[in-house]
Amino acid sequence: MIPGPFAYHRPRSLAEAVALCAAHPDDGRPLAGGHSLVPMMKLRLATPDHLIDLGAVAELKGVRREGNGWVIGATTTQAALITDPNLAQAIPILRETAQQIADPQVRSCGTIGGNVANGDPGNDMPALMMCLDATFRLAGANGTREVKARDFYQGAYVTALEPGELLTAITIPHPPAGHGYAYEKLKRKIGDYATAAAAVMLTLAGGRITTCAISLTNVAPTPLLAADAAAATIGQKPEEATFAEAAHRAEAITEPTPDGRGPADYRTKMAGVMVRRALARAVARASA
Amino acid sequence: MNEISETREAREARLQGLGCKRKRVEDIRFTQGKGSYVDDLKLPGMLFGDFHRSPYGHARVKSIDTSKAKAVPGVLAVLTAADLKPLKLDWMPTLAGDVQAVLAGDKVLFQGQEIAFVVATDRYIAADAADLIEVEYEELPALVDPFKAMAEGAPILREDIKDKTEGAHGKRKHPNHIFTWEIGDHETTDLAFRDAEVTIKELISYQRVHPCPLETCQSVASFDKIKGELTVWGTFQAPHVVRTVAAILSGIPEHKIHVIAPDIGGGFGNKVGVYPGYVCAIVASIVTGRPVKWVEDRIENLSATAFARDYHMTTEIAATKAGKVTGLRVHVLADHGAFDACADPSKWPAGFFNIVTGSYDFPTAHVTVDGVYTNKAPGGVAYRCSFRVTEAAYCIERAMDILAQKLGLDPAELRMRNFIRREQFPYHSALGWEYDSGDYHTAMQKALDTVGYQALRAEQRAKQEAFRRGETREVMGIGVSFFTEIVGAGPSKNCDILGIAMFDSAEIRIHPTGAVIARMGTKSQGQSHETTYAQIIASEIGIPADDVMVEEGNTDTAPYGLGTYGSRSTPTAAAATAMACRKIKAKAQMIAAHLLEVHHDDVEFDIDRFRVKGMPERFKTMKDIAWTAYNAPPPGLEPGLEAVSYYDPPNMTYPFGAYICVMDIDLDTGVAKVRRFYALDDCGTRINPMIIEGQVHGGLTEAFAIAMGQEIAYDEIGNVKGASFMDFFLPTAVETPKWETDFTVTPSPHHPIGAKGVGESPNVGGVPAFSNAVNDALAFLGATHIQMPHDAWRIWKAAEALGAQG
Repeated sequence: MIPGPFAYHRPRSLAEAVALCAAHPDDGRPLAGGHSLVPMMKLRLATPDHLIDLGAVAELKGVRREGNGWVIGATTTQAALITDPNLAQAIPILRETAQQIADPQVRSCGTIGGNVANGDPGNDMPALMMCLDATFRLAGANGTREVKARDFYQGAYVTALEPGELLTAITIPHPPAGHGYAYEKLKRKIGDYATAAAAVMLTLAGGRITTCAISLTNVAPTPLLAADAAAATIGQKPEEATFAEAAHRAEAITEPTPDGRGPADYRTKMAGVMVRRALARAVARASA
Repeated sequence: MNEISETREAREARLQGLGCKRKRVEDIRFTQGKGSYVDDLKLPGMLFGDFHRSPYGHARVKSIDTSKAKAVPGVLAVLTAADLKPLKLDWMPTLAGDVQAVLAGDKVLFQGQEIAFVVATDRYIAADAADLIEVEYEELPALVDPFKAMAEGAPILREDIKDKTEGAHGKRKHPNHIFTWEIGDHETTDLAFRDAEVTIKELISYQRVHPCPLETCQSVASFDKIKGELTVWGTFQAPHVVRTVAAILSGIPEHKIHVIAPDIGGGFGNKVGVYPGYVCAIVASIVTGRPVKWVEDRIENLSATAFARDYHMTTEIAATKAGKVTGLRVHVLADHGAFDACADPSKWPAGFFNIVTGSYDFPTAHVTVDGVYTNKAPGGVAYRCSFRVTEAAYCIERAMDILAQKLGLDPAELRMRNFIRREQFPYHSALGWEYDSGDYHTAMQKALDTVGYQALRAEQRAKQEAFRRGETREVMGIGVSFFTEIVGAGPSKNCDILGIAMFDSAEIRIHPTGAVIARMGTKSQGQSHETTYAQIIASEIGIPADDVMVEEGNTDTAPYGLGTYGSRSTPTAAAATAMACRKIKAKAQMIAAHLLEVHHDDVEFDIDRFRVKGMPERFKTMKDIAWTAYNAPPPGLEPGLEAVSYYDPPNMTYPFGAYICVMDIDLDTGVAKVRRFYALDDCGTRINPMIIEGQVHGGLTEAFAIAMGQEIAYDEIGNVKGASFMDFFLPTAVETPKWETDFTVTPSPHHPIGAKGVGESPNVGGVPAFSNAVNDALAFLGATHIQMPHDAWRIWKAAEALGAQG
């Protein structure tokens, strides 16, 4: 539980941070909240030679409205997401999800950027970002680019981030008024990753589901957008049979790893149960 | 203060004696972060040790190259088995009569086994260098399933003793066999089964778990070459035994070894035995001439230091159709891991498992236990219980439910029909114990009445109907458990550890001003001895508990004792405390009589003073007496006021209790929620009701963790799965249910103050209550026995196997 040796950097500006990351594409790691990286370092599963602490980079923090969406700085903590009154109003599922991450101490340090950029399939924010159709801003030696959350995740801990690139911000489209939402997470205890979790965003009109996005956490090497499951609900009445069909389709795309949370077949079934429950709760919250 | 006009109640209250909810004096420092633990110790020139450990469960060690580690600046030494061998310290004796490798020589036998010990100027250098040690292995097939341990062709684990047919506890019938322990009457038990109207048989497994104290195991060793003295600070539940073992092992005279156990952050049995880390720190200090600190991390603690349970109990009960038990037969397969490092009294290789007849009047019983080696960490300690008593209580309490189910009887009713009756005490059990006292029917009835048992059963039936109609996916379980503990090891006629009789001790010294220092041979790890022993002294000799300082853990100052585990402190050292007080009181009476100028038969003790019989206004307080004892003792009486007592208890004590758990289970997810948990404990005389309640809360939380999720599991090649808090279930306040506590009082007839001990009862009784609730919830679907741990996926799978998952 003692990390190996490393050099510590504390850049004061975004430019400096991007330059440092670019200078150490293979042997450097940016440090945000540290609640994934530091334990990995203590286990010596991560052995960066250069640790680039983003804590003093003011440009990476904060939430603001921009055009028809929201921009969230990469080092905005989960606690800040929970307490931001504008976000709570506009994208309440962000708050609901953040509240189910670990415990208050961890949420005070853990950041949204670290959560989405690490590529850990157990993290909750990646699936939510897919559900919300968020876009990630990446900065590197050759300037900045944008990648959709839905295109970002390639495998466990493998993302579209190029070596030396830094995730700087997340943009989220402003969800429609009256939308229904839910993040349902089954976990063994406080602080645990999900056995299975599902995010749902939907709208209703005329007693039917008109739009719907569903995504899944920790039931595959990457977060999953359950597009087929969501499609099954469009134009349907918001009732148990609709939810069951969506759950069934969601189960079909899972490839969970058996672990202490349960064998693969159980975790697949739990993905279905979470989808059913999230749909029911989202419908109950939506304006008809 | 006016000592004459004060009411008796006020004088009594000022003492804060027996029965007082006195606040824990330890908490003044603990709650301010001012406790002093081993890792707080910083000595000049202190070095740090760290282990290189085996990644394999079973492998031959072909070579060990420490050259890269030794080349790291700041590394002073790297110890391997080859270095320890000339000192005859490459192996050490275990408390169970086996030997354990201090550092692995030719072979590694479990993942995480210690191979080399790096000593460096700081922790980081030691860890970096430990990583640089290169070991060449030849992987061998791992044996992880105890049921395959004695199979023909099973890999032979212990080559060091493979030809030894005689073990510490009799004949060995296979190279992986440790012992067979048998007790009870084979023939009459067979007859009982032959003639039985009803029998049940079930394999009841209690999975491998870990005591997991918050503070891991650690020590600091400092050898003074000039004086030839060794001082060891460590997380020791039994510091005196550690010193004796250290003296025997090292050849350093016992009086030149100073063992100090400072504040300890929980033990639960994990800190009874001797670990390679302690031995290596000592050797490293002798080699380097500097103090050496060894502190294990959480993963090391969970994967390499003593585990608990891993008992697989094939259990049979014979009974009449009317629900009267007529015989009990149990065969246990006990997985002891790679070395037999159980911390049981030496003559008891399966601990006190023969308490397995529980609270019931079994006319006959027969038990056999086979201990086997596997490629797992050694241990088998009593995790918050007396030796193998949780296993026994789980076995019988689960089996009684299975029998009730077969007979179509309510589980509480079946227990009522078979309890040992109040008038049968002292009760001689079929497996050889003499239960001191009990009133089981009263306790059970109080529990049933308090929870509204019949109404709960009616609600359960209604829910089952609703489930069958498809209206709900939630089912309800009611877990009943009635346990009898056997604690207070123990009478020297029954118990010793490596030949050391298991008495305990107290030394009490009253200073001239009436302030008291008291030292015991036990060692608190959170049990609040500083608070409760002082209360006993307060009631016994009438000096306020606040004027008593209790000290334990320093072998230089404390009298010899066997330490704290198995709920033994109250039955042994608290008894010694009362007995030492009574010696002091006898002398105080002489002094009081002298001061009051009457015959000593004419004075009597009254709360905090001696008074002349029939003349309450003529008295001398204990403070007056203390001053006189030193400065003007009666002629012919030597000065001073102190006493020592070494107490060898005449019998164990037998605390008992009735626990009821009400649980709701969501079959869609398998998530179980404890709706209500009621715990009635009878621990005899209650010394501090608040501390008892705290002990029960803590023990129930551990029982909840064990029953509902804890497991140290291994994969088929011997990798430890989940030896960190990511997977090892340690409930937070969020997961922990609310506890309701209650009590009856049936004093122990042989204990000086009638107390029995309580710290471990909730773990012993709690586990079956949770497990019975889960099983009870699924019984209407056809379940008879579902193995622990009852985490969500296993409950879901059990329901699936019963056809309840669509």
